[in-house]
Amino acid sequence: MTLNAFLFQILNGLSSASGLFLIAAGLSLIFGVTRIVNLAHGSLYMLGTYIAYTFATKIGGVTGFWGGIIATALIVGLLGALIEIVLLRRIYRAPELFQLLATFALVLVINDAALWLWGPADLLGPRAPGFRGAVEILGRRLPTYDLFLIVIGPLVLLALHLTLTRTRFGRLIRAATQDREMVGALGVNQAVLFTSVFALGAALAGLGGALQIAREPANLATDLIALGDAFVVVVVGGMGSIPGAYLAAVIIAEVRALCVGIGTVDFGFVTINFSKFTLVAEFLVMAIVLIVRPFGLLGKAQGAVRSIAEPEEPIRPATPMLKALGVVVLVGLLCLPLLAQGSPYLLVLGIDVLIAVIFATSLHFIMGPGGMHSFGHAAYFGLGAYGAALLVKWLALPMGVALIAAPLLALCGALLFGWFAVRLSGVYLAMLTLAFAQIVWAAVFQWEGFTGGSNGVIGVWPPAPFDKSWAYFLLTLVLAVAAVLLLRRFLFAPFGYAMRAGRDSPLRAEAIGIDVKRVHWLAFGVAGLVCGIGGGLFAFAKGSISPETIHINRSIDGLVMVLLGGVQTLTGPIAGASVFAVLHDTVMRQTEYWRALMGAIILLLVLTFPQGIVGAFASLWRKAGGRL
Amino acid sequence: MSVLELRGLTKSFGGVHAVRDVSFSIGKGEFLAMIGPNGAGKSTCFNMINGQLAPDSGEILVEGRNIAGLAPRDIWRLGVGRTFQVAATFGSMTVIENVQVALISHARETYRLWRPAASHHRARALELLAQVNMQDAADRPSRELAYGDVKRVELAIALANDPKLLLMDEPTAGMGAGERHGLIELVKRLVVERGISVLFTEHSMDVVFAFADRIIVLARGRLIADGNAATIRDNAQVREVYFGTGKTFAGAAP
Repeated sequence: MTLNAFLFQILNGLSSASGLFLIAAGLSLIFGVTRIVNLAHGSLYMLGTYIAYTFATKIGGVTGFWGGIIATALIVGLLGALIEIVLLRRIYRAPELFQLLATFALVLVINDAALWLWGPADLLGPRAPGFRGAVEILGRRLPTYDLFLIVIGPLVLLALHLTLTRTRFGRLIRAATQDREMVGALGVNQAVLFTSVFALGAALAGLGGALQIAREPANLATDLIALGDAFVVVVVGGMGSIPGAYLAAVIIAEVRALCVGIGTVDFGFVTINFSKFTLVAEFLVMAIVLIVRPFGLLGKAQGAVRSIAEPEEPIRPATPMLKALGVVVLVGLLCLPLLAQGSPYLLVLGIDVLIAVIFATSLHFIMGPGGMHSFGHAAYFGLGAYGAALLVKWLALPMGVALIAAPLLALCGALLFGWFAVRLSGVYLAMLTLAFAQIVWAAVFQWEGFTGGSNGVIGVWPPAPFDKSWAYFLLTLVLAVAAVLLLRRFLFAPFGYAMRAGRDSPLRAEAIGIDVKRVHWLAFGVAGLVCGIGGGLFAFAKGSISPETIHINRSIDGLVMVLLGGVQTLTGPIAGASVFAVLHDTVMRQTEYWRALMGAIILLLVLTFPQGIVGAFASLWRKAGGRL
Repeated sequence: MSVLELRGLTKSFGGVHAVRDVSFSIGKGEFLAMIGPNGAGKSTCFNMINGQLAPDSGEILVEGRNIAGLAPRDIWRLGVGRTFQVAATFGSMTVIENVQVALISHARETYRLWRPAASHHRARALELLAQVNMQDAADRPSRELAYGDVKRVELAIALANDPKLLLMDEPTAGMGAGERHGLIELVKRLVVERGISVLFTEHSMDVVFAFADRIIVLARGRLIADGNAATIRDNAQVREVYFGTGKTFAGAAP
């Protein structure tokens, strides 16, 4: 690459940085004041692109485009205020896991709303009036609109900076970011402050989305991609720091642009196409920053994570009644192939339920007793599924080998990502795990030659006798029961106790000689390993897999399963996964708008049923005088 | 050799010299109180000894070995136990499980995956609980305990690694007067029986003067006095930092 080409790529990177900055700044601002990580922030960005598209095409001309962009920012800002007033106000005092889930429910609802309003096709906006041409810079043609974008980022940064330092509103925001209880105690109307900050953050996201319409089409997948990008930027820049967000946006955008710019390089012995490695490069930047500065480049260490959840009961070995119940369920499942002779669908459903049980139990292992709320558990499921499928596809290995390799691959992934994740806690950990999962997803999606890209891998069928669904069901049953019992055993062993000690009080656990990070890291690995078993089984059960397997939706499904059952009980994830899988396979398939339905279920769960099924049942039982 | 010896320990935060050139030592079986007004540097000193802070300079010798800058868990392995200013237990465990976790860690069995933790070292854990009179509560969830009992359980946990040195940061903070003496008497008895050395900070002077073998006084980060109760009581400098000399107001009087 020549020097000119290099400098040109730098300019290119700067123009992408502005979009990244706008969305990350809003996310950061909202978190600083309300302590809520707004997972729907990417959705607000996406809405921005759709609304601005509508203005630009329906009204058209200069008014439609430029006026439309301003109007879009205002509309999305108003929508943000509405969301804050109707939903978030109810959950400021809830445990942060619930806050994250509630905002994710919004992601689902907004996505289906956009599908209903604008349809599934990509919509490309018109070119920007006044910025249609290109200028020649360094011997190449750079669209003038890109130049405009390069300027808009620093302008917004300056405007935000002035607002934060020179106005009363800005002072209140900074004060609330440092100590919101104190701001409340001084008589500031918090409700108004929170609403306006949320509206401002939403407007920034909307503006960021709207500005993109001249470059990229409005697309229903934008919400989660933008969210993943924003997380990477915020983690790198430091939560709550606006200049940090800009700095990180520039770094990430430049790294991407340079990877693309370098393109294919022949090193003599090996040829590497760097443009395929944008995600890997991004991951490396994030990893290095987190090692050197765990709270981001310009971020400050977070205070201890407060949890308002009820403290947990000590875990007790299974009572005779629970054991009997387990045996009855097991016998019932063993008889299922006989019962299912009339309706083979029952076995398919059974396999789905068992795989969901493996998935949810392994997630619960780190989430409940470990206190690590992973928002990217699908990564390990996906690694297992893809590991198994690709071994069959490329090396034609038998199913047995693939099913053993799947969890091992997932283990490696979990150990790699977990090493970073256990250095953080609370929302930082949630964001980092989500970003990792997004990276795995995108890598699978981008690496078409190896993984099949969006088409996935097909023709992964189990050999005889497992091609019969009853035989495959029994195989799944054996592995699921083994996985559940094994994880349970670990929890009652010294390792499980050390894990809970590290969650209950890291300081005290260290003071009695426990290496909390190491214990939690290994727990992360164990959870990944077991989750990989589920992934391998999934690949052979479906016969084909797609990037959908690793999608963030699956990670969230896992969280919903665990919460549905109750995070503080050991049997909870089993019950939750079963109920969820049955619901998913029966009710959800009836409607095109299953996302909205799912979102409604999550909201219902979070607002009315915080203990989960087993938790609610157990407290009823205790009230009646029994012990479970 | 002293059980603990500090040599020229220094720590600043930005421009604030929290601890300046502090040196003292504790002999075997000694019950040493560290006192001083707020901001004297007691907590900073404590947190350097237990490993939560790394000193800027100086040495912290435990039986001759310099532990400055080691992680808390490594210091614990060398036989230094501690209790916290705000007592708490592992809330999701029973009382005895709290002690068992510490015993498991002491026996280096933390990474075992098979035999249930409840069957590890139960007898020894009951023994430790009996020493602090908590054996009857062994199987209760620890989060249900009254604060005074939590302090006792914490003491049992701190004894799990047979420490030669026990660090207690304000052991009686948040307790009533009667409870306070009970707890310190209990600690004193254990110290005498087992020959443990104890370094503790304390705000309640009646406790300090009634029980401590020796007292050191910190003020503005410096060690200003070191001696037995009578010496400290008569030390002019100590009186000055606690009560002021009154000279400042002399000229202003009408």
